[in-house]
Amino acid sequence: MLSPTILIPAILNGLLIGAIYALVALGLTLIYGVLHIINFAHGALLSAALFAAFFAFRLLGLDPYVAVVLLAPLFFALGYGLQRFIIGPASHGDERNMLLVTLGIAVIIENTLLYVFRADTRTIDVPYAFQTIDIGSTFLAVSRVVGFVAAFAVALALWLVMTFTDTGRAIRAVAKEKLGAELAGINVAHVYAVTFGLGTACVAIAACLLIPSYYVNPTVGDAFVLVAFTIVVLGGMGSVPGALVGALLIGVAESLSGLFLGESLGQIGIFLIFIVVLLVRPSGLFGARA
Amino acid sequence: MPNQGNPLSRRQFLATTTSGVAVAAIGSVAMPSVLRAQGTPVKLGVLHPVTGALSYSGQQGRLGATLAIEEINAAGGIKGLGKIDAVLGDAQSTPDGGTAEVEKMNSAEVACIVGGYASNICLATTQAAARYELPYVVDVGVADSIVTRGLKNTFRFGPGFGVISKTALANLAAINDQAGKPAKTVMIVHEDSLFGSGLAKLLNAQLPQQGFEILETIPHPTPTRDFNNVVLKIKAQNPDIVIPANYYNEYVLLARTMQQQQVKPKGIYSVLGGAASSYKFVKEFPDAARYIMDCNHWFDPRNDKAQALKKKVESKDQFFTYEVYMNYSCVYLIADALERAASADRAKLTVALAGSTFSGHLMPYGPTKFVNGQNEGAAPVNTQVLDNDIKVVLPSAFANAKPVFPRPA
Repeated sequence: MLSPTILIPAILNGLLIGAIYALVALGLTLIYGVLHIINFAHGALLSAALFAAFFAFRLLGLDPYVAVVLLAPLFFALGYGLQRFIIGPASHGDERNMLLVTLGIAVIIENTLLYVFRADTRTIDVPYAFQTIDIGSTFLAVSRVVGFVAAFAVALALWLVMTFTDTGRAIRAVAKEKLGAELAGINVAHVYAVTFGLGTACVAIAACLLIPSYYVNPTVGDAFVLVAFTIVVLGGMGSVPGALVGALLIGVAESLSGLFLGESLGQIGIFLIFIVVLLVRPSGLFGARA
Repeated sequence: MPNQGNPLSRRQFLATTTSGVAVAAIGSVAMPSVLRAQGTPVKLGVLHPVTGALSYSGQQGRLGATLAIEEINAAGGIKGLGKIDAVLGDAQSTPDGGTAEVEKMNSAEVACIVGGYASNICLATTQAAARYELPYVVDVGVADSIVTRGLKNTFRFGPGFGVISKTALANLAAINDQAGKPAKTVMIVHEDSLFGSGLAKLLNAQLPQQGFEILETIPHPTPTRDFNNVVLKIKAQNPDIVIPANYYNEYVLLARTMQQQQVKPKGIYSVLGGAASSYKFVKEFPDAARYIMDCNHWFDPRNDKAQALKKKVESKDQFFTYEVYMNYSCVYLIADALERAASADRAKLTVALAGSTFSGHLMPYGPTKFVNGQNEGAAPVNTQVLDNDIKVVLPSAFANAKPVFPRPA
């Protein structure tokens, strides 16, 4: 089992699946880090985005990698609207209420998808679905490699936005000191909604990169969200590099523990690392010290 | 403003609830005779996991049951008893969810329950129904323990693990022998709940007796997001035959990953493979599905009624999966028993089911004969994906093609 012919491909697979986790976690870490809410609707939004990518392909003939140009802004608008007109007003500024409201939204989205599309599992068959890159010891799926590169690109773009733009500065200001930001003239409700919108746009990007090699059904998002929550805490709440590094780490840990302990116990590796990091660095790998 | 802080005192609460319980108790004794008056529809519980991880199979099962009920009602209902009123339930893909629905269905005074789908759900729901002596017809649930606990209310129309694995192994050996014994080594990939684990255990005990060496048995959870590691292990050990035993989504992911990683064993031979006998899988991934063999529930391809139902289901833009025709057959089995019992009384219906010789179903089973709740005539068949279609290859009495093994390069 320790043979490099298995070990190296297993690590590479871990990195590739980790990149997909990163895309889901990037959206979550923004929402978590700024709004301080556990967005329970994240998984349901991922399911919805996968359905959107599926139908963009089936009905409009749009390749998922092209559809991302359409779906990312669309889901930004959806996220913005959700926070601005539903979650914000319904929670009356109480973070605990926000948590419950997002839970409610998750139930509504999932059940609406179930009602409209049934529980049927759907897949798309793009020409490159089975194309692989031969690296000697293994074949890497092209769709996964694209996802890997895209995860870095999205993380870089988000980091640039957060560090160098006024919107990014406003988001960071609100995350750090809401009242102070408000006094400085920042429209907090708008910043909240922009953050939620950015997080939701990340989910749409993740969906477009995932759909060529995965399937969609109304509850598919749940499979990714628990891992994404773990990554967010592991990487440091609100940290973009943290989400990326944390996700790759979790991907490799899951892959290796799956290899050695069996797929059924693969999750153990994730949570062992999680507990150790929390014991040694409670703020997460890249989180600011309290 | 008296009582504002305490709108309902303890005594008031006790008084109202006690009288409520008393009324309910009287009601439960007096109600049946009123409810079961002439012309009142017979209530039939239709219980499936229509949400959660197993929701696709659950919804297909519900489709089969409701299609049968619609047909029976359109033809005037059950002779002497009237129409069937379906009481739909959602087990939410968990045994607890299923048990809660049984309680509700019992309160709704159903005459019988059909469904359950997954083994772990069926185990819980049949036991819950047994408390009320409520007849229960299991549609799919294959764990043998479902019918070996001595529950008088439980009847399983389809075959169980024991029969399926025995048939599967005998047929695998026969196919291998016929081809000149090219296959010697096997790897098993199974999901880790009662269904997959139980099957893996049986295969591990019986495959060596047939002369096969088991290189490794790999369990995985449902859902599994990625099968690359599993396929890496398969690739490293290079077995002659891979035996998957899992549900639809995981089966498809596994087959796709095997194709992607260019792992081509001499045969993929499933036992109750989630997708191997699925028209949906064959239609969507013809290359990954080609030559896959399966030992599974399957309709009798020579039965005209089955072909007619297939057309009807496909005209609704749905796939004709085994959940559909097994539930359809189960409802007709219950309708036949109700007619013979001439009553919706649970005890009479249980007796009628136990003595059933019903043969108007769609399966290659012959007349129904329950022994300790298990239909002794029930048996799986072997299918193979050939020419972008699913053909029956064994037993030869029902076959419409010959098996192709080992798969051509």
